[in-house]
Amino acid sequence: MLSDEKIKELELKANDIRISIIESLLSTATDKYVASGHTGGPLGMADIFTLLFFHVLKHDPKNPTWEERDRVILSNGHICPVYYATMAHAGYMPIKELKTLRHFGSRLQGHPHREYMPWLETSSGPLGSGLSQSVGMAISEQIDLGKNTSRYIYCLMSDGELNEGNSWEGVMLAGKYKLRNLIAIVDRNNIQIEGNTEDIMPLEPLADKWRAFNWHVIEVGGHDFQALNEALEEAKAIYEKPTVIIAHTIPGKGVSFMERDYTWHGHAPNKEEGAKALNELREIGERIKLAN
Amino acid sequence: MLNPQLKLNPKIFSEDCELAPTRKGFGEGLLKAGEENKQVVGLCADLTESTQMHKFADKFPERFVQVGVAEQNLVTVASGMATMGKIPFCSSYAMFSPGRNWEQIRTTITYNDRKVVIVGSHAGISVGPDGGTHQALEDIALMRVLPNMDVVSPCDSVEAKKATLALVKTKAPAYLRLAREKTPVITTEETPYEHGKAQVYWLPDVGLADVGIIVTGALTYNALLSAKELESEGIKTKVLNLSSIKPIDRDAIIALAKETHAIVTVEEHQTAGGMGSAVAEVLAENFPVPIEFIGVKDQFGQSGAPSELIEHYGMGKDSIKEAVKTCLRRQEALDRK
Repeated sequence: MLSDEKIKELELKANDIRISIIESLLSTATDKYVASGHTGGPLGMADIFTLLFFHVLKHDPKNPTWEERDRVILSNGHICPVYYATMAHAGYMPIKELKTLRHFGSRLQGHPHREYMPWLETSSGPLGSGLSQSVGMAISEQIDLGKNTSRYIYCLMSDGELNEGNSWEGVMLAGKYKLRNLIAIVDRNNIQIEGNTEDIMPLEPLADKWRAFNWHVIEVGGHDFQALNEALEEAKAIYEKPTVIIAHTIPGKGVSFMERDYTWHGHAPNKEEGAKALNELREIGERIKLAN
Repeated sequence: MLNPQLKLNPKIFSEDCELAPTRKGFGEGLLKAGEENKQVVGLCADLTESTQMHKFADKFPERFVQVGVAEQNLVTVASGMATMGKIPFCSSYAMFSPGRNWEQIRTTITYNDRKVVIVGSHAGISVGPDGGTHQALEDIALMRVLPNMDVVSPCDSVEAKKATLALVKTKAPAYLRLAREKTPVITTEETPYEHGKAQVYWLPDVGLADVGIIVTGALTYNALLSAKELESEGIKTKVLNLSSIKPIDRDAIIALAKETHAIVTVEEHQTAGGMGSAVAEVLAENFPVPIEFIGVKDQFGQSGAPSELIEHYGMGKDSIKEAVKTCLRRQEALDRK
């Protein structure tokens, strides 16, 4: 159970991360560049990233390659603005570096690249292969340490990338190996680049699909810290199966004119939109601080 | 004559020369690698025996992952295992891996710098009766174009075993190209092998060579047969086995071009983008000479016996001899200018 105090702390942190995401995306618009990057997914996943990096994960930002750390694979690399912002707030890099996103020579590539950030477990961008990499990591862990490993492999993935055949090849193999140390978190935000998921390529009944492949399935609200935390605790208690947490999130969460609008999947705010978004997020921050 | 320093198989030109497919050498090499190094793991896409990974899988079942008929998964799971310190070898037919999963190899293995060895068996036209769908003739091009990817195509089963063991220790991801068909064993256990080095297998008894033949894979045997017959016709050649297509032995290629001023490349692959193209890139920049390319010329294969397909698509002994003579004429014409 998370205390009310802890939840408030996480809510504030997630809001700060959302502010950093917008500031970071705004920095992509310069004399040389038109604003670019993904906005909807990063804002929607800010709560989950915050919970992981500020409560759940075994990790050490001062020693990022610590052998005993939990492993995080970001499969849908395009939501990296939330990944970078969370890692900066956690101490992996200076927060001001977030304003170099997508610039020439920056470590903050448009999609994450391990060569520039050695603490990332993988480079990603092309969809559908992060889960299989996570499966390979979880199998290696079982080869070395058997079923009772204490490190977990967390694969963060999108609903849209479940269109990819490679995703389901990974799902099938994880079921075969009963990978209890593997926890997939699907960002069920119902949008992809050209529209709503159920219009582009229907995924439902999504939970049944994962169950049919011998996964333990938990559906949870993606902005409810308490419920998310309980889901992660439950996942760790499951012994004979890998677990998928289908986290229902609101894309663009926190910015009224971005929420649930698929057109914000793949583009970044201009200066005016960015200023408006930052105002809204700062107001939310004030309200969280004032709440009991 | 056969290069006496390399301790090649003395029976190579006799009727009772031993035959073995390169994939067999891989199977033996992987088993030995597994015995020597606990981090070596094997993954296969439902072709364990065909690719000869079964020897490893039987001995080390806990280190073998059967992914089913899923080549995209094959290489991405292997990438994840490399992340955790394993040394994965993943095998299938070349047509499917790297044929089907190229982007996954690019992003999760080469771009991501994860040391995985992709083993593509049944490469080339000599797959035979299975026909054009199964004859990988583009795989060298697909793999050598990737930054941070080594490409190795052994000439026989003995060299394939040595290459497999060498690839356990190299740093870069690698593609190991193997064939289905039994072919003559050219080298011996004593023949030296070094990753990234080409070796002269045939050279004139005395003096300099007129033409250099650069060959990769099992066609090395055909190149040697051609060289022997050409010698009796008074044409002196050197045959360079370029089993490591990447890294490419620039020094050996340039030295051969400087000696002969005429090069013939021989490979069981499209001439576009393959080993011959790699040789041409080196020579165009350093020492341009006439080059003739032996290989498949912008077409797909078909069913048939391996030997008749090799002949039909112009990779037999006589085609190589003809190319050597053509190259010599081109070079002499240049000299006259």
